[in-house]
Amino acid sequence: MTEEIIIAGFGGQGVLSMGKILAYSGIMQNKEVSWMPSYGPEMRGGTANVTVILSDERISSPILNEYDTAIILNQQSMDKFEKTVKPGGALLYDPNGISHHPQRKDIHIYQVEAVAKATEMGNTKIFNMIVLGAYLKIKPMVKMENVIKGLKKSLPVRHHKLIPLNEAAVNKGMESVNEIK
Amino acid sequence: MEVTDIIKAENLIYKRTPLLTENILSYCPGCGHGTVHRLIMETIEEMGIQSQTIGVAPVGCSVLAYQFMDIDMQQAAHGRAPAVATGIKRVMPEKFVFTYQGDGDLAAIGTAETIHACNRGENITIIFINNGIYGMTGGQMAPTTLAGMVTSTSPYGRNTAMMGNPIKMTELVAQLPGTYYVTRQAVHTPAAVRKCKKAIRKAFENQKLNKGVSFVEVVSNCNSGWKMTPNQANIWMEENMFPFYPLGDIKVPEDSL
Amino acid sequence: MERDFRLMKGNEAIAEAAIRAGADAYYGYPITPQSEIIEYLMAEKAYDRTGMVVLQAESEIAAINMVYGAAACGRRAMTSSSSPGISLKQEGISYIAGAELPCLIVNVVRGGPGLGTIQPSQSDYFQSTKGGGHGDYRLLVLAPASVQESSDFVELAFDLAFKYRNPVLILSDGVIGQMMEKVELKPQRKRLTEYENWSTTGKTPDRQRNIITSLELDAHKQELINIRIQAKYKRMQEEEVRYEKILCDDAEYMIVAFGSSARICEKAVHVARGKGIKVGLFRPITLFPYPSKPIEEMADKLKGILTVEMNAGQMVEDVRLAVNGKVKVEYFGRLGGVIPSPSEVLNALEEKIIGGK
Repeated sequence: MTEEIIIAGFGGQGVLSMGKILAYSGIMQNKEVSWMPSYGPEMRGGTANVTVILSDERISSPILNEYDTAIILNQQSMDKFEKTVKPGGALLYDPNGISHHPQRKDIHIYQVEAVAKATEMGNTKIFNMIVLGAYLKIKPMVKMENVIKGLKKSLPVRHHKLIPLNEAAVNKGMESVNEIK
Repeated sequence: MEVTDIIKAENLIYKRTPLLTENILSYCPGCGHGTVHRLIMETIEEMGIQSQTIGVAPVGCSVLAYQFMDIDMQQAAHGRAPAVATGIKRVMPEKFVFTYQGDGDLAAIGTAETIHACNRGENITIIFINNGIYGMTGGQMAPTTLAGMVTSTSPYGRNTAMMGNPIKMTELVAQLPGTYYVTRQAVHTPAAVRKCKKAIRKAFENQKLNKGVSFVEVVSNCNSGWKMTPNQANIWMEENMFPFYPLGDIKVPEDSL
Repeated sequence: MERDFRLMKGNEAIAEAAIRAGADAYYGYPITPQSEIIEYLMAEKAYDRTGMVVLQAESEIAAINMVYGAAACGRRAMTSSSSPGISLKQEGISYIAGAELPCLIVNVVRGGPGLGTIQPSQSDYFQSTKGGGHGDYRLLVLAPASVQESSDFVELAFDLAFKYRNPVLILSDGVIGQMMEKVELKPQRKRLTEYENWSTTGKTPDRQRNIITSLELDAHKQELINIRIQAKYKRMQEEEVRYEKILCDDAEYMIVAFGSSARICEKAVHVARGKGIKVGLFRPITLFPYPSKPIEEMADKLKGILTVEMNAGQMVEDVRLAVNGKVKVEYFGRLGGVIPSPSEVLNALEEKIIGGK
C-alpha cells in the first residue's frame, strides 16, 4: 500500500517538520518513505510544501502531480492543491484564514481547527502536531507508538522533554477532526 | 701550479647542496631564482628535513622548480599554490610545507588564495619572488611593475592612471593576523644572500611553532625581461625597486625580538 | 542487531557517508542547493569523530586546489558544489585529471546557464561526462537516484578514484540532494594510514622524489601521457559500467533516464503498465563510462526509446550513438529547474514514441 501526501502552507507553520515526523514515524513502522520539500527563497515567509510518501514497496517518484491526501494550511495552497487530490482521495484543512473553501464533490473533505485548538492548549507551536493527529485519524498510516518513536528520532535530545506535549497535541487533533459533507 | 693541485678536498670552501638536483637550471644567467632555490635547499639540508618537506611550484618562470629541488613537490595551477599548500598542510600538519611563487602568481591571479591562506594563518612558508615583470611569458606587466616601467604590455611605461598601481603585497599580508613573520629580502650581493638565507631559515623554523604564515619576499631582477645585462639589472634594481620595495623585516614575532 | 535506518537528505547522507568512508579531507564553499554537506560535516564535528579535515575555503577555486594538495598526499579528499561553483572548479579538476590524482567531487546540479536558478536540473550532463575543463580527460561519473545511493556511492567513489587515480564525480541534483528518504548507513571505515607510493609525503632516502604535476612541455611525452590516460578510460568502459533495468524484459518501449528523472519515469512506467503499455525503464548509474552496450543490446527488441532529462536533450546524444539508428530515439525534458511530472512523461511517451511516426 502506498500513501501519497502533499502538505502545504506558510513557511514557519511547521509544514516541513510535520512531514519529517510523519516520514520518521513511517520508518519506525518499517515503511519506505520519501520527503521532498519545495526549497528556496519562496520559503522565507512565503508558501512551503512538502511531498511525503509512505509505502510498503519501493517508492518511485518523490515528486507527484496528484495525491491521495492534501493537507492544506493556507489559501494559496488551497488554490493550488485542491485540484491535485485523486478522485476518492482526502483533503484536510484548517479553516483558519481560508476564504474559498474546497468545492469538490468527488473527494472526502475534512476540517480541523488546529490554530484554535493550539491556542486553547496555550502553545501555538504544536499547531502542526494537531494537524498531524487529524491526518492520522483519517488515515491511520502509522501507530501512535511509532509517532512517538519518530518524534524521538527527529527531535534533538534537548527537546525530548516536549514529547508529552506533542503527544497530547496529536491526540487533540485526532478528536477534533470532522468530515464536511 | 696545475689545476689538479687546486682541486683537493682540503681546499674545498663551497659545494652544491645535494638537495639541488643535477638538472641544469632553466633560468637566465643573472636571474635570482637559482640563488633562492639554493638557499631553500641548503636550509632544508641544514635542518635535516628533506623527508618532511613538501614544496609547491607555481606557474611562471619557476614552474619547473621541482626539477631542481630534490624533495617531494607538487605543481599548482596559476596562483593557487597557497590553496594547494593549505590542502597539504591540513592533512599533514607535522610536515614542512612551502610555496615558491612569482609576482604574477602570488599578487595578481592568486591574490585571493594568498590573502586567505595568510588570513587563516596556515602554518606554511611562502617564498615570493618579485621582479616586477612576467618573465616566462615574455616580459609583460606584472602587478608589481613600477610606475613608468617599460614592459611589453606597458611599452610606453606603466601609466598608473590607466593601468593601476604597483601592489605592495608583502606590506598588505603583514596587516593580517594570520601572518607570523613577514620580511623583504634580496639576493644581488653576497651580504644580501647571507641575510636572505637567515630569513628563509627563520621562515622554515617558524613552522615548528605553529603560529601562522612566514612570508619572505625576495626582490629580484629579471635582466632578460628588463632587457639589461645582469649587472645593469642589479644596479637598476637598487636604484628603482628598492626605494619602492624597501628591504628589511616588516613583521617580526614579538617573542623572537 | 537492529538495522540502523535514518531519515536523511541526500546531501546529509553524502556528508555522513564521507565521514564513514574514512575521508581525510573536505574542502568546500557554500552554494545552494548543496550547503547541507559542509553544514552537516561541521555540525557533526567530523574532525572529532575521525580526524577528518573540514575547511570552508575562500572560493570554489581555492577548495578544488586544496583537494589537489591533499589528494597528491595520497589522502581521500573531496569537495562539493552546485553548477556555477562546479564551473569555477573546472580548471582545478582538469589539473587533477592531468596529474592523475584520486578525489571525489559532488555536483548537486541546479538550473543554468549563468547564475540560473537554485531549482533542480540535469543540465550539467555534458560538462560532467565529456570532460568539463580543458584537455582530453574524463571523470568517472556516478548518478545516484536515491538518498541510499547518495550514501553508498561515496565509499564506492573513493575506491574507484584510487583504483584509477582519477577524479570521480557524484552527479546529484536539487531533488536528490534536498529530499529525505530512509537510508541505511555503512559502518565506519578507518582512514588510510599508509599512502600510495606516488604520493608527496616527504622524500625518504629509500626512494626518488615524488613529483605531482600535469606539465610536460615535450609534445611527444605529453602524447604518451594522454595515451596512458585514455587507456585508463578504456579500462573503465570495460570494467565499471553500472545501470539498472526495470520492467525491460518484455518491453516494447523503453525510457532512458538517470538520477531524479529516473525516479519520475519509474512512476510513469508503473502508470503506463497499468494502462497496458509495455514500457520499461533503463537507468544509467555510471554516466561515464556510459552503458552504451546494454542499451544497444536492447535496441533490436524495441519499437522506440524516449530519453527523459531535466535539460534540453544532452544524454539523448549518447543513447542515439549507442543504438546507432537501429531504433527511433526521442527526447522529452523540462528546462531551467522545472521538474517534469510523471503524467507529462507518460504523455510524451504516448505522443512521441507510441503514437509518433
